[in-house]
Amino acid sequence: MTVPVWFGGRSRAERMATLAALPLLLILVWTVIYPNVAVIMGSVGHWREFAESPSDVEALKNSIIIAVASVAASLAIGVPLAFLLTRFDFPGRTVLRAAALLPAALPPLVGVISFLFLYGDTGVITRVVQIALRLKDVPWHLNGIGAIIFIHAYTMYVYVYLFVSAGLERYEASLDEAAIGLGAGTLRRLTRVTLPLLTPAIAGSALLVFMSALGSFSAPYVFGGGVRVLSTQILNSKLNDAIGLAYVETTVLAISAVAGLLLFRWLEGKRAYVAAGKGGASRQPVRSRWARIGLATSAALIVLVLVLPHLMIVLVSFAKDGAWTTQVLPPEYTTHNYAGLFTENQLWTPIRNSIVMSLLATAGNVVFCVAGAYLIVTRKFSGRRLLEALVALPWAIPGTAIALGLLATFNKNDLSTGKVLLVGTFWILPLAYFVRDIPLVSQAVEGSLKQMDPSLEPAARGLGASWWMAVRRVVLPAARPGIVAGALLACVTAVGEFVASIVLYTHGNRPISIEILAQLRSYAFGTASAYSALLIGLVLIMALAARFAESRMQ
Amino acid sequence: MSGSGAGLVVDSIVRVFSGQTAVDHVSFEVKPGELVALVGASGSGKTTTLRIVAGYEQADTGRVLYDGQDITRLGPSKRDFGMVFQHYALFPHMSVAENVAFGLEARGVSRSERMQRASAALDRVGLGGKGARMVQQLSGGEQQRVALARAAVIEPRLLLLDEPLSNLDPTLRQSTRDELRTTLKESKAPALFVTHDQDDAFAIADRIVLLSRGRVLQDGSPEDLYDRPATRDVAMFIGHATLIPARRTGDFATVSIAGAMHRVVLSSFTGIADGETGAVVLRPEAVEIARDDGGDQWSATVIARRFAGAQFVYRLRLDADIVFDVASRERIETGAAVAVRVTRPVPMVP
Repeated sequence: MTVPVWFGGRSRAERMATLAALPLLLILVWTVIYPNVAVIMGSVGHWREFAESPSDVEALKNSIIIAVASVAASLAIGVPLAFLLTRFDFPGRTVLRAAALLPAALPPLVGVISFLFLYGDTGVITRVVQIALRLKDVPWHLNGIGAIIFIHAYTMYVYVYLFVSAGLERYEASLDEAAIGLGAGTLRRLTRVTLPLLTPAIAGSALLVFMSALGSFSAPYVFGGGVRVLSTQILNSKLNDAIGLAYVETTVLAISAVAGLLLFRWLEGKRAYVAAGKGGASRQPVRSRWARIGLATSAALIVLVLVLPHLMIVLVSFAKDGAWTTQVLPPEYTTHNYAGLFTENQLWTPIRNSIVMSLLATAGNVVFCVAGAYLIVTRKFSGRRLLEALVALPWAIPGTAIALGLLATFNKNDLSTGKVLLVGTFWILPLAYFVRDIPLVSQAVEGSLKQMDPSLEPAARGLGASWWMAVRRVVLPAARPGIVAGALLACVTAVGEFVASIVLYTHGNRPISIEILAQLRSYAFGTASAYSALLIGLVLIMALAARFAESRMQ
Repeated sequence: MSGSGAGLVVDSIVRVFSGQTAVDHVSFEVKPGELVALVGASGSGKTTTLRIVAGYEQADTGRVLYDGQDITRLGPSKRDFGMVFQHYALFPHMSVAENVAFGLEARGVSRSERMQRASAALDRVGLGGKGARMVQQLSGGEQQRVALARAAVIEPRLLLLDEPLSNLDPTLRQSTRDELRTTLKESKAPALFVTHDQDDAFAIADRIVLLSRGRVLQDGSPEDLYDRPATRDVAMFIGHATLIPARRTGDFATVSIAGAMHRVVLSSFTGIADGETGAVVLRPEAVEIARDDGGDQWSATVIARRFAGAQFVYRLRLDADIVFDVASRERIETGAAVAVRVTRPVPMVP
């Protein structure tokens, strides 16, 4: 019996796609799967040590408490704020809406530093409150679990706010009207209709907060005080040469993250339905005079709280190093901090390093992720689901764990085990950034490609275009918004990266974040802030560029 | 209009959206047990009017009364009306029965009683036994009936329906019309529904309120609107009509076609004095292609032919550059000259 032509043709296309996916899968297995396996292998024999160490058990408990509490705090801020800004109109709404995104412009370490300047023992707000209330001692200490949750709430509510706002924008207004018309009061409408229908948005953002808080490193590291969490324990063990214990801690952290991921997916799956409508809810103007005044005042206050960290960084970046001691605000100002960054070799090197390494990683991400997304979205082949899962996997692994994995894999030249020596060289950080940003760029490009009509590429081929011409003239233009957005996001994340960097950097390739920490330790607050302001500026420029690119493609 | 009438009284409501008058002094009534259709093209203000009646929009001026009580400022949850939304607005996270029972739940009806009443309501719309399904598992027509059951189960004082048939495919639409009228009549509640489709309105409504650019053009039975249109706009909107300039003489109208004067018998001539000019409303069923010499005949040219199953529909051009459609079982070639005559009295509009 002969195989029909169409069958043979299809299976050949499938074979081609599998063949094309093979190098991508190999790279993922080598840089994502193998490191995790190496960590688990390295952990063997050290689990008793972990179980019997009170500080490790405490760290696991703290990590989970902090993650859960951060989710609760972010929901408590993000959900009401999303409702307020999408459902009501009041003076100051547009300003508040713009300011609500500001915490996203703070790279992790920078946010922590700004909180130190504002709310630390010698922070501006702390001193103002102390003077105003004429207290003998500082009114609070910014350390411990409470402080960590405080800064997590500030930086992570943005996820909840963005997801729930998007959910509310798409929300079919007639569903609420139907509930009202059937006699439901405000509370019943919220609890029986609106909130259940927003569950996918709420669960999705809660998962993001959970993962970020669980793997969070900067806040516990800088002002955790005596609080132990898994991510800082890992670095401590590594620095104490207890690498086996570090591998156990890494495994526990990764397992916790994946367990959290599965738990949220399961919760989400229980509510599988499509609630998206054409939107159409109009914002209600707030009419009562007192409510308007109250809302406008609260909006102004919230905006102030949101913008203070950024202002503080900029202010301190002009402060003369060493002059700020007991005063509320720095007493002397100078532009020397900025000038130094670009003129002193020691200070310029980290900036050059960060830019070069993030560009290298991003270039790798774009090539790799466009190829992967193209195959995942437009082709059917065996291994497609595996590829899809593997490009998403690094997202579920905390940065510290990724770094430890690379440490366990790229630590010597031994081709028989597939190991290459990159640790201690320049290349280990670009590789770490590349791995961390694979999910980000892949998701952005896949998003764009999924919006493309799937018959476009076959149509181009049918008109006589070669495969390369069809890709170049049809597929890539369709993917461009995702490529641009993904590349900018990856670049921003890599330029400010701290968590994996602190595990893997060498003096030669130290990035900006490591230098900020070093300056902070030597009380050069001005220089540390100048670096931080530079990072914030870069983030804002990239965000504007992304928006500009998006609007031009409309 | 007085506020003493039983049922719904809409009294001269006005609604302006950013300078555009969407509803312009609209008044009408829905009497107990009556099915009233608000008919109009998109942008005519019909949906805004319905939303003002439901309480989702506020009138800038004017009043809405029910059984003599002013409900203009009453919130939608306090009006005791049942609404069927255009896209049904069924809660996707609830089962069919939970959807139907929601209004009873809001009224504090016990769980066992509301499930019983919801299941009875589903029986009435022919969905008995489907209460446990999720709403997405139902077809469009079934979803429409769930929405109807959900609105009716609370025994509302008035049922409001926004384009109840617009989401159904044409074949389903035909059969659903009759079902809908039967269900609405059985429910005893008066109903007000919005549609852009005159066939829906004819099939379901006892009375039609025709809206255009926010104003009521005519308010009457379907027969009134068809046979006795009050204005050109009504005549153009209802039925497939061609308007021909004419002058009224008693019960007749005189039309001039290519210099020749013809007379047609009038069925109605509201608001046109003897000797005044206006237009006669020519519909396909009032005209036939003449096969003999009888009566007053007009000459015309066939410019197009369309096969419509039982007959052909011919597009004819009168000499006076007026085009209209006529049905005939005979086969005539395009370009042929034919004679037509008006076979029944026609309405005249100002």
